[in-house]
Amino acid sequence: MPYIPLEEHLPGITGLLEYRKDSAQPIRELTQILLRGQSTFTEGERELIATVVSSGNNCTFCTTAHTAAADLLIGNTETAKKVKEDINTAPVSGKMKALLTIASMVRESGKSVTPEAIQKAKDEGATDVEIHDTVLIAALFCLYNRYVDGLATALPDDSGYFNVLANRLVRHGYTRLPQGYDHLKKEKI
Amino acid sequence: MAYINVPEGVPGIRALVMFRPETGKPLYDLAQVLLRGESPLSEAERELIATYVSYLNDCTFCMSSHAAAARCLFSDNKDTVDAVLKDMQHANVSEKLKTLLHIAGKVQILGKEVLPEDIEAARKLGANDREIHDTVLIAATFCMFNRYVDGLASLTPTDPAEYDAMGKRMTEKGYQLPTTG
Repeated sequence: MPYIPLEEHLPGITGLLEYRKDSAQPIRELTQILLRGQSTFTEGERELIATVVSSGNNCTFCTTAHTAAADLLIGNTETAKKVKEDINTAPVSGKMKALLTIASMVRESGKSVTPEAIQKAKDEGATDVEIHDTVLIAALFCLYNRYVDGLATALPDDSGYFNVLANRLVRHGYTRLPQGYDHLKKEKI
Repeated sequence: MAYINVPEGVPGIRALVMFRPETGKPLYDLAQVLLRGESPLSEAERELIATYVSYLNDCTFCMSSHAAAARCLFSDNKDTVDAVLKDMQHANVSEKLKTLLHIAGKVQILGKEVLPEDIEAARKLGANDREIHDTVLIAATFCMFNRYVDGLASLTPTDPAEYDAMGKRMTEKGYQLPTTG
């Protein structure tokens, strides 16, 4: 049971974003720019950063949702799975390994990021904007994970929910659906 | 030296949002709506939550600047801010605010640390849904800001007078995206 009354048909973050829409707006906008805006990263790479941070923070809802989105965007389920297990042996580029390592440090604390980790990413070809966006995506998911779990939001009853959600994140992105979310209500029997 | 090529001499988050204004805009909008927008918590109380979480995250820039803003907002009771940082449970704030700061402290560790009994304690002292929601979201938001500022090693001034000036500006003007340092 969530700690505050949220719409029952909206598990995880969506119920919170609908609960207070004026604070949801800049959070959605920031996420859309970082994960779907113009970037030298692929959308799949950015979803991997979100996944690795959410997984490290033990946030089941966010980890499942962003793993599903990464799987769809990358076209396999191995990459996200292996990145969550061990960044160093995962099937991603040396640059992505260095950046995912920075993201994991950010997850612990801003102060955990070392000059050596930054240098490694730069040596692998990461640009300043890529390093900036990696740190900010990681920091943003430290917000999301705490918001979702700190208010004890529900997980969906039906695991198919995450497939529908991942499809929406890939096709539509992170902005609020123009029609809202009432269509997700189950038919009353 | 910051880890990336941000404007020189500009402190904290300001340098970062000047480096990338596109993401800076929603970051400042979020600070403005949470700390100055409509809420059952006073602006002073919300700045205090921001200060407390930044202190727990050991983020000197955010802690010092929001402490300065909170001192301005608490005005005659400005000693409250330092009392909370020294020993929250024995500070001269209401028992309800202590339970909310306690929840914020749990959020700082991790979302799952917030237990039903923490929420129950706040509710018993009169905290409503929105106060609980806003406390958790402000705490979570500062877990983002603190990591952004320190994760990129942005410039952290050491002169307290600089923070006093920031606190005054944050109190008078709120959170507007800077165009110059």
